[in-house]
Amino acid sequence: MSKPLKQIHLAAHFPGVNNTTVWSDPEAGSHIEFSSFAHFARTAERAKFDFLFLAEGLRLREQGGKIYDLDVVGRPDTFTVLAALAAVTEHLGLTGTINSTFNEPYEVARQFASLDHLSGGRSAWNVVTSWDAFTGENFRRGGFLPQEERYSRAKEFLATAGELFDSWRGDEILADQADGTFLRDAKAGSFVHSGRHFDIEGQFDVPRSPQGRPVIFQAGDSDEGREFAASSADAIFSRYATLQDGQAFYTDVKNRLAAYGRRHDQLLILPAATFVLGDTDAEAEELAKEVRRQQVSGATAIKHLEFVWNRDLSSYDPDGSLPDVDPDVGEDHIARGRAQVRMYRDPLATAREWRELAAANNWSIRDLIIETGNRQSFIGSPATVAKTINDFVQADASDGFILVPHITPGGLDGFADKVVPLLQEQGVFRTEYEGPTLRDHLGLAHPDDARDERVAS
Amino acid sequence: MSTTPSSPLHLAVALDGTGWHPASWRDPVARPRDLFTAGYWADLVAEAERGLLDFVTFEDGLGLQSTHRLQPDGRTDQVRGRLDAVLLAARIAPLTRHIGLVPTTVVTHTEPFHISKAIATLDYVSTGRAGLRVRVTARPNEAAHFGRRTIPRLDDYESPAAREVLTGLFDEAADYVEVVRRLWDSWEDDAEIRDTATGRFIDRDKLHYIDFEGRHFNVKGPSITPRPPQGQPLVSALAHRTVAYRLVARQADIGYVTPHDPGEAHSIVAEIRAEQEAAGRAGRPLHIFGDLVVFLDDDPAAATARRERLDALAGYPYAGDARVFTGTPAQLADLLQELRSAGLSGFRLRPAVLGHDLPAITRELVPELQRRGVFRRAYEADTLRGLLGLARPANRYAATATA
Ligand SMILES: Cc1cc2nc3c(=O)[nH]c(=O)nc-3n(C[C@H](O)[C@H](O)[C@H](O)COP(=O)(O)O)c2cc1C
Repeated sequence: MSKPLKQIHLAAHFPGVNNTTVWSDPEAGSHIEFSSFAHFARTAERAKFDFLFLAEGLRLREQGGKIYDLDVVGRPDTFTVLAALAAVTEHLGLTGTINSTFNEPYEVARQFASLDHLSGGRSAWNVVTSWDAFTGENFRRGGFLPQEERYSRAKEFLATAGELFDSWRGDEILADQADGTFLRDAKAGSFVHSGRHFDIEGQFDVPRSPQGRPVIFQAGDSDEGREFAASSADAIFSRYATLQDGQAFYTDVKNRLAAYGRRHDQLLILPAATFVLGDTDAEAEELAKEVRRQQVSGATAIKHLEFVWNRDLSSYDPDGSLPDVDPDVGEDHIARGRAQVRMYRDPLATAREWRELAAANNWSIRDLIIETGNRQSFIGSPATVAKTINDFVQADASDGFILVPHITPGGLDGFADKVVPLLQEQGVFRTEYEGPTLRDHLGLAHPDDARDERVAS
Repeated sequence: MSTTPSSPLHLAVALDGTGWHPASWRDPVARPRDLFTAGYWADLVAEAERGLLDFVTFEDGLGLQSTHRLQPDGRTDQVRGRLDAVLLAARIAPLTRHIGLVPTTVVTHTEPFHISKAIATLDYVSTGRAGLRVRVTARPNEAAHFGRRTIPRLDDYESPAAREVLTGLFDEAADYVEVVRRLWDSWEDDAEIRDTATGRFIDRDKLHYIDFEGRHFNVKGPSITPRPPQGQPLVSALAHRTVAYRLVARQADIGYVTPHDPGEAHSIVAEIRAEQEAAGRAGRPLHIFGDLVVFLDDDPAAATARRERLDALAGYPYAGDARVFTGTPAQLADLLQELRSAGLSGFRLRPAVLGHDLPAITRELVPELQRRGVFRRAYEADTLRGLLGLARPANRYAATATA
């Protein structure tokens, strides 16, 4: 007998501040105005997506000592947008990326608990640990933490927030108007946490929210990041959207769960994925090429090359060949506040590889970046894209995808109208929401159930 | 700011729990079980908007409510627990069109960078109706929730030691607001250029590092969020004594004060204006609003009886920082007009029981003020600044650049 079909999870990542987002297209709208977010969220909800996802960056990117000006710059505050979106949606989960280095547990816990109340149980927290002293300059604690300390703080941060969420059981508010008891228990919300990073105590002031805790996402890739996810997260936002890389990542992370006494289905793997749709596969390929050229202008190609070379390459011609000089492997990097830089851990090796690729294919700098950079994950007719996505999920390359359209805010519309119905026809994607909370959509247990089991045993 | 009789009277309502009387939640009209739902707050703000009020404020704090000034009180017979005020305001914003939304933020333990982008975003989601009420806290238990600093117990606010601590906290608050304001200006309005010819999305010369360096913290900037629709959302603060008047004079657009009679109103206004002058901000528009807790009924005896009934339920006579008014809407209108001639430009009313006194404000006080020709009959502007008669400020960095 064949394996039962897995149900696909789909989410929508609001287009953001990197060159995936095409701003030069006449269709491209505002990435700041609330109407853009509302349109995007309503499309995702119409398509019965699990959730909407917002990334975060706490300092504007710089390159060569100047603010980076080629990509979309600027974004609104995560919590504020998500709370407002709760007013214009009913079911859609609301996932916010919130940093554990530049925040404090009491404040973040009360923001997520508040969001969960205000959305009727739809909040999720993507815990990230980046970035460095550069970002720290925007904060009064100034500080930042060395790389090796950040997960230690993140872990304790999340555990502490968990203690705060659990400090209310959920039955404390009686509000008995006749006998005058509002709180059943004067100690509701009491907590004491004493650890390496946080030494705090008192009473948490937000009563237990519909989901008990927000759903927890993790988005780091190192060994430590994967362990953190295996021990503490409900879902991972990963970057491996191809079949092979996806399967390798999936297997690796799911195999780490047993050590923490967790089952395979208690951690969902949801890679970021981009797409281009056309009426036919050939048309989609053509369109994808155009999109790639919009995403990688000559100027962008040079800047991207600098991520690897770590030197000023502004005198190079993007239509010419790669620099003969080798990357500078110094400590300081020409680009700051950039995640991509971390993808090239061995710049000399990358440079060698790129030179060989360029020579073999007769590629210019721009051609190379177009071909090697963030190529679209799914390109094709709606039928092709639906089939590929389903094949990937059934082959355990992921449990679904967080889609990143390249146009704000209408970039999801085609997917919602054309691909989703095909997935529904195949019986691998919901036609109605299963329940009111994000945990319901993701098939995750309610934390109170786990807690009650613990108490009972 | 002129307060000639012809200038309009401004009216705001302060939302907190089920109302400002500690036993308000026991009134049959109260909805204490709904306090943690969006619908409850949406209904209140819709009512305030129906009454054409300038704005609502949302109370907040970083600890459980308490009848004690310095510590938790362990009481179980009053409303305890609340939601983050900024999120609450954002949740309501798309459901309203005209009314200003002013959440409270505790500046003693939070990051100005975070709150600057949060309020800028509230301004975007409300299309120009955001404000901020900054609050300082000297409660040791709230400090213990963060564990980053300890604040000594200030049993007597007037002792020299306490004054020094308070002055430090208020100076820090002034720096906080300065950072927030600079961040709002850190993008010029036309910084986004989408210049396809050069491939530049922004003109980076129109983005500015704020390079704030103060005694308590340094912040680099620029903001990650572009300049909000109002340019500068409105900053407000409640003030009861000189250190706080100074904060209002230095950094606020609206100060809430608590005079108990016109004479006191007069002297508070004079003190704030003098502080404004000392801070080099004389003549800068600054609204001074009087705060009043209100019990409103058509019959003054009914209002008094209601207050006494709630006091009996609470177990003590309620008296807060602000004057408690009990009476008819017409009597309140008289008082407001009298206080206004003492130099106040508006009022922030704190309904004793929200379910009762808020509709009394919107459906009886407001029509009374309209009959007297001192309150709007329709919203005349789309932004909170517009409602308060304040112009959209020029960007400080753009001004320097062209000077
Ligand atoms: C797919 C993906 C998305 C990420 N998105 C964000 C983000 O929006 N904001 C952020 O500050 N960091 C983001 N990060 C950075 C991670 O949170 C993490 O801090 C960083 O990758 C370093 O951790 P690592 O060494 O485990 O990879 C992202 C990482 C990945 C892999």
